[in-house]
Order: sequence, then structure tokens, then C-alpha cells
Amino acid sequence: MRFYEYEAKALFARHGAPLPKGRVARNPAEAAAAAAEIAGPVVLKSQVLTGGRMKAGGVKFADTPAAAEAAAREIFALRIKGQEPRGVLVEQRAPVAQEYFAAVTWDGRRKLPVIVFSDMGGIDIEEVAEKHPAHVSRTHLSTLLPFSPYVAKEAVAAVGVTGDDLNRITPIVATLAEIFLRYDLTLAEINPLGKLADGRFLVLDGHVDLEADARDKHAKLVADLGIGKDETREARPPTAFELKGAEVDASDHRGVAGNVREFDGDLGLVIGAGGGSLTLFDAIRKHGGRPANYCEIGGNPSVKKTCELTKLILSKPGVKKIAVMMNVVSNTRVDIVARGVIKGCIASDRNPAETIAIFRIPGAWEDDGFKILRKYGVEYCDRTVSMYEAAGRAVKKMSA
Amino acid sequence: MSILIRRDTTFIVQGITGREAVNLTRECLDYGSKIVGGVTPGRKGRDVYGVPVYDCVREITEKTHVDGSVVTVPPRFTRDAVVEAIEAGIKLIVVVTERIPRGEVAQMVELARLRGARIIGPNCLGILSPEEAKMGGLGGPAVNVRRAFKKGPIGVMSRSGGMSTEICNTLSAAGLGQSTAVSIGGDAIIGSTYAELMPLFEADAETKAIAIYSEPGGRMEAELADWVRENKSRLPIVAFMAGRFMDEMPGMRFGHAGTIVEGKADTTADKIERMRAAGIAVAERIEDIPALVKERLRGH
Repeated sequence: MRFYEYEAKALFARHGAPLPKGRVARNPAEAAAAAAEIAGPVVLKSQVLTGGRMKAGGVKFADTPAAAEAAAREIFALRIKGQEPRGVLVEQRAPVAQEYFAAVTWDGRRKLPVIVFSDMGGIDIEEVAEKHPAHVSRTHLSTLLPFSPYVAKEAVAAVGVTGDDLNRITPIVATLAEIFLRYDLTLAEINPLGKLADGRFLVLDGHVDLEADARDKHAKLVADLGIGKDETREARPPTAFELKGAEVDASDHRGVAGNVREFDGDLGLVIGAGGGSLTLFDAIRKHGGRPANYCEIGGNPSVKKTCELTKLILSKPGVKKIAVMMNVVSNTRVDIVARGVIKGCIASDRNPAETIAIFRIPGAWEDDGFKILRKYGVEYCDRTVSMYEAAGRAVKKMSA
Repeated sequence: MSILIRRDTTFIVQGITGREAVNLTRECLDYGSKIVGGVTPGRKGRDVYGVPVYDCVREITEKTHVDGSVVTVPPRFTRDAVVEAIEAGIKLIVVVTERIPRGEVAQMVELARLRGARIIGPNCLGILSPEEAKMGGLGGPAVNVRRAFKKGPIGVMSRSGGMSTEICNTLSAAGLGQSTAVSIGGDAIIGSTYAELMPLFEADAETKAIAIYSEPGGRMEAELADWVRENKSRLPIVAFMAGRFMDEMPGMRFGHAGTIVEGKADTTADKIERMRAAGIAVAERIEDIPALVKERLRGH
């Protein structure tokens, strides 16, 4: 889950990283007040969870509070990649002599955190790595040994930084590494880290991603930063349908009926599990079908949970039928899923035989499940019919 | 033969009194696996289907030789349980638990490396060597396992537990049995990747070909492609790539924790290209895997 720039900076500030003077404004008047406090040239930055702000016009400069207010008004009115700004960060503008890049992230191959450092900051780091490999260092961290700042020093020195600069940058990079390890981050980035004319360094922009699975572990930090419980902080905000899906999943601890994602098609999907859902979603699309949603059921969800999920999907405007499909299951009871989806259809005033385009869940208790499906006249198939073929049958029924 | 586990492999179950653990203990015993003990702190003296329960791993390892452990405890206790197993000298640890932050997974993996232990998972269903043993929930109850998994020459590795069974079932139906199937786990960082398990299959005379299930996210497929090229593997590989729709939806989480598309190298298109360039066949549908495997077996 991604943090806004002002949240990332608040986290950095807590741990002593040097930041420009400033604060986040919620409206143009607050921006003017912030600029008056700073009493000098300011930069105003749109707070959105996406890159490319500068290009989109989401970053402006002002020399007076009145100019700051006008700039903020323009920024607040601007949507960037569909996102409305959460606020406008107003910061003191300082002349920068050189820009650096520092990040800590995971190296999946080595299975260790890695410090990526460059003395060519402010631009795309992947491009720098490609064109100027000597200007990018990669230094791995141990997750077992206590963190020691010399590792940060090595990362900085590796691109040829020495003298006062080395001694001033090292603690900032060390702080970044400590924050990364302490809060289970997947990314802690400072770009750019600016060197001022007087030799001091300031964190000019920051980017932090917290691991979704560590959110509960760091609930206090998340609350301190003012991040709401409904905020998933993914590439796009959750829809009302998706939030209801999460409620269904949370309503009962037995099994999973979650990861509900909204699409604009007409075929509702009750599918599982993790890998099976990916495979089935691809198969539906390959057959020319238009999914109304994505979801994952698994781990033996209760009748109630499956029923509620089915009701939710059927309540979505434009959903004509549902397809109920999984890979060969190990511990999900086929009869329980069958009962749940049939109950969900009936509760939605739909005839299961017409509403369920196909039921393909082979595995334990399939005979019991098939018996129920036969009773309601629902088309089902066993493991001799592939996932791809089952998806094809469902799509075919949509055009019939 | 098989890799990782055989008929005589002894293992324990950590968290054995939990609901899922009780089921998997029953399933493994029914399939003939040798479970020599279980651990749940504070539950010493009980038994689960005849398997004695202890408070500490060492109480078992001091008495008898233990090859492996299946860890199925809640996420916040998992790292501790895995460290306990490693420090007691256990060399093969299957971590079933999901939703462990990757910093903690990395710690387990780093310690395992230091101690010469191997971790499978987290977020996996374990290992199954047909007609030998099963270590974890893979395939479900023994009667279902016997239907989907048959003994034979194909090594199977999958980032999805459920899809391991689907693929083995498809292979079995086409007369292609499996030497060992490994559910490697769906997280961004896992104990053993495809490339790290390849040398084991390579050294197993019974294994003649490999089938893998892959997903978007991570560098595991690129790592496998590099491994195949660098090691001139004798084993033909057929891969299936799920989640192709995710290429169009960067930053969104579908499926397992490890599947998020963050950059170009995470996309299925990039992975497919790399694998094909290394001579790995990529099947368009699961049901195409057996024919591709047979074709490649003939070619070798």
C-alpha cells in the first residue's frame, strides 16, 4: 500500500531525515497560510498516488502567499490519471546544486533487501542503470544481522562519493534502510535527495510502500499517518462493489470468498482459488466472454459466505449469469459451494438452472455436490472437462 | 525415485492441533507418510490421530530422527516456529501459512541458508511424491490424491497449490505420472524457486521432464530461463502461464501476494518471451501440457 508523499515525508521526519520546511494544505487558503509561514519562494505539489505529476501540471512554484493560493487553486482543480489530489504539499524552495537517488527495496532473486544509490537523481533510475551503470550501486542488507550504517556508507561510496558529502549522505541512507526494515516496507525511496548550495542535504521527494500483509502489524503507524481503514491504496481506489465484497469475506472466518474486483461485463464469476481464478479469468476472456468481476473462493468457505458473494455479484447491474468454477480442489467441499450458490440465486429471485451458466468444481464431495446441482437442473461438469472448456461453455450460453 | 521426500521420510507438524493441521495430518497419515510428532505449545500429552503432541520441537528431535517439518501456525507466530525447527536441526521445512510479511520470510530464508536447511513456501500446499509420501495438504484427502496423482517421470512445480493438483490430474489422465509435485508457494519471496529445485530434479534419474505453473510478478521465471541456459539442463520444461490479463492492470493485486505487476519484467508477456528464448515450451491451455511434454520427451 502506497503512501502519499506527505505521509512518506512524515515518516522520514519522525526518524530524523532532513526535510524542507513545509506542510500539506487541504485548500487554497491553507496553502497561502503555509506560504506565509515559510516567508519565501515555495513549491506546491499535488498529493496523488501516481507518478508524472510534473508533466501533468501538478507541481507549481510561487514567490508570494497570493501566488501560492492561486497555484494551489489550479492544482486542486486538476485530476491526475483520474485521481483528485488529497491535498497540496507546500514546501520551501531551495536552490539545488546536485540531485541524488536513494532507495531500499526487495531483491526477489537474492531474497534480501537492497540499497540502490545513485549520484544521478531526479530522473528514471532504470534508465540511469542502463546508460550509466557506474553511477548506480546495489548493496544488499542482511535481515538477520542488526543493521549497521557502514552498509549505507558502502552504498554511497560505491558510486564515487567521498569527503563531506559521503558523511552527510550516509546517515540519511542509513535512516532509509532502518525505516524499511522496521516497518516491513516494500519500497522506501528518496528521489531526489538534493544537495544545496551550502552543502546541506534535503529529502525533496519520497515514496513509501508498506506491505499489505504487514498493515495490521503496523496499525499504529498507519493510524498515526491518518490512513483510513477503507483505503486500500492500490493502483486505483476500491469501488463500492469491491468494498462490499471485502465485507462478505470478513463476515465469516471460514474459508475465503474475497479479492473481489469489479469489471464491466455481464458474466458474473464465482471462481477460485488463487491460481485457478487467474487461469479461469484468462480463459473467459480468450473465449470472448466479458467478466463482471474477479474473485477468489477457497479454503472451504461456508454456505452463507458463498451465498452472500453470489447475491452481491447478482445484484450488480447487467449481470445476466454466473459461472462457478475452480481447479480440482483439495479441501473445499463441492457440496457446500453448490448449496451456497444455489441459495444465493434463489435469494436473488433467480432460477439457478438459468442463472448458473456452468458449475465446474471437481474434487472431494463432488458426488454430493452434483446431486444437489441435478436437483436444481444446473449444468455441471467433472474433471474430464478442462477449466478452459468449462469457461467456453459459460461464454457460449451468454450469446445464446 | 523422487525429490525431497520418500516413503521413509519422517516429519513433524508444527501447530498440529489447529483445524487445518488436524486435516492435513490425517490426510498425510492416510497416504502413508511418517509423522513422528506434532508441536503446539501448551498441548503436550495430547495426540492427533495417534501422533503425540509436544510443547517444543527439540523434545521430538532429541528422541528420534526428524527429516522435516510442516509449519501451519498463524502468521505472527510463523517466523518463530520456523526458526525453532531450523535450530533443532531440521533440514526440510514446508511453510503452509500465508500472509507473512516478506521481511520475516527473508529472515527465515537467510537462516535456512546459514544452517543448510531448505524451506518450501510460505503460502504453499507442500510436497507430494506419488506412491511414496505426502508432506502438506497438497491433493487433499488420500483418496483424492490417488485419483489425481500417479507415479511417473514428470517433475511438477507450481506457484499455486490448487493448480498443482489440476496439472497433475491432467498429466495423470494422459498417462504421464509424476516423480514429485512441489507447491512452491505464491508469495513474492519463497524458500525454493523453480531454479533452486531444478538441480534436485536434474539429479533424480526417474524424472524425465518438468511441468511448471507460473504467474505474473517477480523474477522467478526469468531466473529459471537463465538457469536452463547456463546449466544445459537435460530436462525438457513445459510451462503454463496464468494471469495474462494482469499485464493490462499494473499495480493491482489479483491472486497470490506475489503476483502484482510493478514493472515490465513482472508481466506474463515478458516472462513468456524469456522462457521461450531459453527453450521452455509455454502451453496456451492446461490441457495442452501433456502433448507438449510427450513431444519433447520424444525429441530428447
